[in-house]
Amino acid sequence: MTLERELAALVGDLPEGISEGVALGTGLADGFDYYESPIGTVVVTFNLTGVSGLGLAGDDWQTHFQKRTGRALLRAEAPRAWARHLPEAIEAGRPGKVPVDLRTVTPFQEKVLEVTARIPRGEVRSYAWLAKEAGRPSAVRAAGSAVARNPIPLMIPCHRVVRSDGRIGNYSLGNPANKLALLDHEGADPLWLEKLASRGIRFRANIRTKIFCHPTCRHIRRSKPENVVDLHGIEETVGYQPCEVCRPV
Amino acid sequence: MDDDLVRALATDLYGTFPRVVERMGRRLYWGLRRMSGDHHEAEDLTQETLIRAYQALCGYQHDRICELKLEPWLWTIALNLGRNHLRSKSRRPTLVKLTEPQGVEDPEMVDGAAWDRRLNALPPTQRTAVVLRHVVGLGIDEIAEATGRPVGTVKTDIHRGLGRLRTIMEAETYDARA
Repeated sequence: MTLERELAALVGDLPEGISEGVALGTGLADGFDYYESPIGTVVVTFNLTGVSGLGLAGDDWQTHFQKRTGRALLRAEAPRAWARHLPEAIEAGRPGKVPVDLRTVTPFQEKVLEVTARIPRGEVRSYAWLAKEAGRPSAVRAAGSAVARNPIPLMIPCHRVVRSDGRIGNYSLGNPANKLALLDHEGADPLWLEKLASRGIRFRANIRTKIFCHPTCRHIRRSKPENVVDLHGIEETVGYQPCEVCRPV
Repeated sequence: MDDDLVRALATDLYGTFPRVVERMGRRLYWGLRRMSGDHHEAEDLTQETLIRAYQALCGYQHDRICELKLEPWLWTIALNLGRNHLRSKSRRPTLVKLTEPQGVEDPEMVDGAAWDRRLNALPPTQRTAVVLRHVVGLGIDEIAEATGRPVGTVKTDIHRGLGRLRTIMEAETYDARA
């Protein structure tokens, strides 16, 4: 065999992992991996921008992801820069140090999701409040559909958003039972919340500080029970100042 | 054949790029593997080259993509990245393991370690020219374009490189007999 032909035979197959590495590195594909959450195993998808989706393992999350983004999916490890913060972000229900990729939603939806991400653990807010905080008080329905299309539930805690009449409402990740389980896990007793809603209680006020709050605001929950009164609507808030932390109106 | 690929790239970069990886990735990897003698380095450089190429193509106009000579262009990127790799390596000296098989099988019936040793004995410009010509299968013009060296110099590099390889192999045969 001539030297030239021996040299030409020095090419083998493309080693495994290179085309996958290129697909992830160029953003042609997103990676996915499994994580544990308070409501069972979930699938997290991610790319170099950040976390791009979260779904229940076993659900049809792959089809949903591909319909929404048009990108391929590859089993991979999350980027090293923030992978270690991911389990905590899922457990705590806030992105924290984990970047999120919300390129598939509209600017208003992104604003709504940013506001949602700031709702403290164990507290709930209404769609009307979200719309107001996102800068469009009349866009309650649009705020509702932004939450319904939240690509990263759990980490962007849409389970903390309830109907404007105080009822728990629907949930995009599986079913409403998951929403109840998550709220319960965070110490926001869903039965208590439903009871407040059925009695028409919208706010609670401290008669000494003269401040009124959302019923789950940590400030009112810390007040002595004998100082707290229930308010059934905005007309009963006369004489009280709105809380600056939960901004009830 | 490559013209079709380049035209497809110009109209649908996102959809076509996986075909570039499929078509060119194998030759890039094995060329780089023979130049470096190291699986991990070749793997890193192949991935990095293709990622940089995609990022560059994202910023190119349709006509500019159509005019690209794809494979020499990819090799220009790969060789530049390789030089920077070597430079950072010389600052942080690491052992080059030429004899150890590094995770990826050589093609059947090939003593890859022996070839890595022989090619490693060539001066870098000759090694690059010989590998691009006879392992990867680029034309002389394409090598000149990829390396930024004149055609005549490339021819000389290949000629001298092959001559030196023959000498090395004759010496091996002689040693084996002795």
